[in-house]
Amino acid sequence: MTEAKKTPLYETHLEHGGKIVEFGGWLLPVQYTGILEEHRAVREKAGLFDVSHMGEVLVKGVDALAFLQNLVTNDVSRLTEHKIQYTPMCYKDGGVVDDLLIYKQGEEEYLLVINAANIGKDWQWMQENKGNLQVELTNLSDRTAQLALQGPMAQSILSHLTDTNLEELEYYWFLPKVILAGKETLISRTGYTGEDGFEIYCRLEDATELWAAIMTAGKPFGLLPAGLGCRDTLRFEACLPLYGHELSKDISPLEAGIGMFVKLDKGDFNGQTALAEQKKNGVKRKIAGFVVTGRGIARAEYPVMAEGRRIGTVTTGTYAPTLDKNIGLALVEAEFAKVGQEFAIEIRGKNVAAQVIPKPFYRREGK
Amino acid sequence: MNIPTELKYSRDHEWVKIEGNHATVGITDYAQSQLGDVVFVEVPIADTSVVVGTGFSVVESVKAVSDIYAPVGGKIVKVNDALTDTPEIMNEDPYGEGWIAVIKIADPADLDHLLSSEEYEKFITEEGN
Repeated sequence: MTEAKKTPLYETHLEHGGKIVEFGGWLLPVQYTGILEEHRAVREKAGLFDVSHMGEVLVKGVDALAFLQNLVTNDVSRLTEHKIQYTPMCYKDGGVVDDLLIYKQGEEEYLLVINAANIGKDWQWMQENKGNLQVELTNLSDRTAQLALQGPMAQSILSHLTDTNLEELEYYWFLPKVILAGKETLISRTGYTGEDGFEIYCRLEDATELWAAIMTAGKPFGLLPAGLGCRDTLRFEACLPLYGHELSKDISPLEAGIGMFVKLDKGDFNGQTALAEQKKNGVKRKIAGFVVTGRGIARAEYPVMAEGRRIGTVTTGTYAPTLDKNIGLALVEAEFAKVGQEFAIEIRGKNVAAQVIPKPFYRREGK
Repeated sequence: MNIPTELKYSRDHEWVKIEGNHATVGITDYAQSQLGDVVFVEVPIADTSVVVGTGFSVVESVKAVSDIYAPVGGKIVKVNDALTDTPEIMNEDPYGEGWIAVIKIADPADLDHLLSSEEYEKFITEEGN
């Protein structure tokens, strides 16, 4: 086991009272004042996250598009300059290597943003899939810091620090070379919380000053520093999948319910045959959202029971702060995934009643 | 960190208030701060017996599930049902409103293993927090 890494904001987190845990090989705050308070701040005002652990890979070259089209399931050819696309990246059998964002920086240049815990594996997989293509891959993960400013006040806060008109930056678009508090950054209107917000990429040495500038500008708006704990509850309420839970090498994007990011008709790509087959025959398992109607909290890995047998496994489960309910996501046999279906979650040896409910659990107003 | 001097403490971060042969138990201020926001408590069942050191209640925060171990053995004579609907009182008032249960002490020798407030303070400091 290699030693856990520190982001450039590690000392800042300690100063703010962050409670540090290890996540994906990184030392990051799980919370500062409390998960519930930080969760509420992001839903109602704003929260600032250090997501510098995320990986970045630059893909450059005349064959960059061809390389990506084979590598991922979404149709990268639909991207225009400065637009962003979410996509799974699959193995031949349809299992997921990782899920990522693709930023189109130019005709032959794309930035991929990947999950921290998967950087090594993804890098290896990309190298194996280069073939004879004219494409140059650069792992920028250790040179890039990333902050996520999320919540309804995010635009008002950030506008205090730049002359760039952020009003015009639409969802899933980005702007390169934005001067923010005197530092050069890349800003995208993206996030992992179900709220409006921005992700800000900067050089390692600029991260602490940017963090401080955003916190100062955000103070009158009720901005709080936010940890990984509420990042998880926020993404969970919005039903955004988390790799290792709703997606894995053993769970396909179709089973996970994100088939809209699999473009089977775009030409050959990794996993196409397997996924086309799944689509034709229907998936045998599906991710279902459920509410625990009995007393208890479902947790990842708990068995899902019906008709006297195990029919699935909880992938994420907790108390959902915005809904004030104990809810979960579970991978279950497809016939048990319909809204209204009743089943049980085995909690410490006891079957506790649950019912399938629509996803997402939370959708922000006006969206 | 609030560690009342009149209470006894277990190494599993429970407090014990001894009155005659009855022990009121709960989790310490340190324990609740480590757990974070408590969102669910499985309260013990009244009139059942517990063995010292075994799990008799479960406390869940947003992130984690934690077993609470009986600091003394005996019969549970009273439980705090308020924790069922308002688990947050465990964070807000761990030594008062947030109590878990009253246990009728079976063997007073269990008390010999408990720590004083000074010893408990030293214990949590040495635990590296």
